[in-house]
Amino acid sequence: MTGSFIHPALIMIIGALLVPFIRGPLRKPYLILIPLLTLGAVIGNNSLNGSFATFQFMDWQLVFGRVDKLSSVFASIMALMALIGTLYGMHVEKTGEHMTAWFYVAGSLGTIYAGDYLTVFLFWEMMAFASVFLIWFRKGPQSLKVGYRYLIIHTIGGVVLLFGIMLRYQAVGDIEFSLLDVKNPELYTWLIMAGFALNAAVVPLHSWLPDAYSEASFNGAVFMCAFTTKTAVYTLARSCAGMDILVLLGVIMALYGVIYAVMENDIRKLLAWSIVSQVGYMVAGVGIGTELAINGAAAHAVVHILYKSLLFMGTGSVLYMTGKTKFTELGGLYKKMPATFFFTIIGCLSISAAPFFAAYVSKGMIIGAGFETHLNWASWLLMLGATGTFMYNGVKLPYFLFFGKNNCSDETWEKAADPTWNMMAAMAFGSVLCIYVGSAPGVLYSMLPYAVHYDPFTAYHLAETLQILGFAAFAFFLLKKYLEPVDRLCLDMDWFYRKGGLFFLWVAKNPLQWFDTAWGEVYRAVGLRTLMTTSKFWSWFDWNAIDGIIDGLARTVRAIGGRLRVLQAGQIQYTMYFAASFAAVVLIAYILLQLS
Amino acid sequence: MIKFIEYLQTRMKTVIMVCYVLLILTAAFAAIVDKSHAHTWVEQNIPFFWSIFGFCAAAAVIGIARWFGKAGIQVPEDYYEQSIWLDDSEN
Repeated sequence: MTGSFIHPALIMIIGALLVPFIRGPLRKPYLILIPLLTLGAVIGNNSLNGSFATFQFMDWQLVFGRVDKLSSVFASIMALMALIGTLYGMHVEKTGEHMTAWFYVAGSLGTIYAGDYLTVFLFWEMMAFASVFLIWFRKGPQSLKVGYRYLIIHTIGGVVLLFGIMLRYQAVGDIEFSLLDVKNPELYTWLIMAGFALNAAVVPLHSWLPDAYSEASFNGAVFMCAFTTKTAVYTLARSCAGMDILVLLGVIMALYGVIYAVMENDIRKLLAWSIVSQVGYMVAGVGIGTELAINGAAAHAVVHILYKSLLFMGTGSVLYMTGKTKFTELGGLYKKMPATFFFTIIGCLSISAAPFFAAYVSKGMIIGAGFETHLNWASWLLMLGATGTFMYNGVKLPYFLFFGKNNCSDETWEKAADPTWNMMAAMAFGSVLCIYVGSAPGVLYSMLPYAVHYDPFTAYHLAETLQILGFAAFAFFLLKKYLEPVDRLCLDMDWFYRKGGLFFLWVAKNPLQWFDTAWGEVYRAVGLRTLMTTSKFWSWFDWNAIDGIIDGLARTVRAIGGRLRVLQAGQIQYTMYFAASFAAVVLIAYILLQLS
Repeated sequence: MIKFIEYLQTRMKTVIMVCYVLLILTAAFAAIVDKSHAHTWVEQNIPFFWSIFGFCAAAAVIGIARWFGKAGIQVPEDYYEQSIWLDDSEN
């Protein structure tokens, strides 16, 4: 820490590590205290500007606290969301769920404040590895598989990002996390963009999102709907603003998400598809890259977190109370869950950009930026997407969940009721924020990266919005029989890797195993016999040739050894005795001969 | 609130009439509103443009989604569990 900068991620991490030791009546106040301290730290940091918490690591300078308007606005909404999410799940007994949620938030805040790619990567991976537990903690029949798929996809995205960072370092010689030269993209530019885009659920790298978010625990999904994709939008805005391809990808996301949400039967999967669609607006805004567009992307990220978390809290309440998430197993719930219905409706109006509700002040900025930069095709298609958003989220979701045909079983109907007080309080808080930001966007606009010259409260904008919502609703009620939810699964891009994985397993279990067995037979029938014959020959050769030589040598050595052994055994003294005696006899004979 | 909703449900014809009136009022408001801030020619020159756009866009989204679903995108819930690539023991 440097100066007055306090890293909010540090508060979250320390807070998470201490959760297991805070028990009993202190637990709930503690669960509120830590997000409040985090929010306080972020608000304190908002008055700063520059780089803080810098450390020298080998040849690189790591920046943990880059504070400017872009990082401040994203950090503010993340910290606020941590408070709302924790309040919503405050009654959850599982310590691990609170810990992982906070580590997840810390990863997001760390990424947002990071000023270099290494720090980005560190916190980026923290997000992925913490959030997967929010899926596993549901302990549903599919949770484990879905969690592994989520982790594998994010690990691949992380590797792609790391590869891009390394190539960039090799080419540029620094690791500063700043705007890339998007008009002259290199391979590393594409890799870094793809790494970030995967977390933003850019089509076709998006399938992990509806797969995972619909399978997360009831409060885990509230966290997940906010942090991963919007942190990715921040990183794209920081590094890839003005990258043309993002406009096209954003528009595809906006429409693709709408079509799938319209077909969807699972209420939380519908909302997950809605994230794909809404993040498409932000990605398109980043791609347009003008001041108005970047402001629009940032503003839409803020309001999106507010209304999407509210919607996930509403549907999470339905899951928590009834255990069901499918339209075909629900319906008519306004009678049993009136408060949940009320809060969810506010979320529905907010995402639909209804006047004086959250998205009304942000969506028009991105679409207007498209028109201003003569990307009319993009703006028209985004308008089409906005109409579709109202269709599935503004009308279909509340109609088939709270009205429509009652598909509840007796057991489900019996269980259905408004949830615990803290869940209601979190939804009420989110609802107030959605209406406040939609009615008085001044505070939000003052936090945006650039000066705002946009007024959403013009008569023309009001007339445009009312016409679209009114006549789209009219179309819905005329054509709603074609929108009746059916208990079907919608195939998506994950088909390729899920089927690919199954095919790989099948290949491993069948052709490869057959080949392995056949090869074993061939080896036994041919290879083993040949080996035995060869072995016999070598055995014979060994015995008769090699051993002959070796044994011959051994016998010679043994004979010499025997002789030596004889000598070593003491017989040498006799030999010397005889030799000396013989020499003495010869010498005496010689002397006697000389004397005679 | 529940009672209010049930009160409205017992008077659906009136509710529907009110909705039609609101639609007409919305279109009338659009007809008189200042269009000088509109981004494109069609907005400025085609009367009730956004009314037409809203209705057609919604109908198009419903139509495309339905066609998409019927074209084979919507499959049984146990699609992945019934894969031919899985052994019988895993189904």
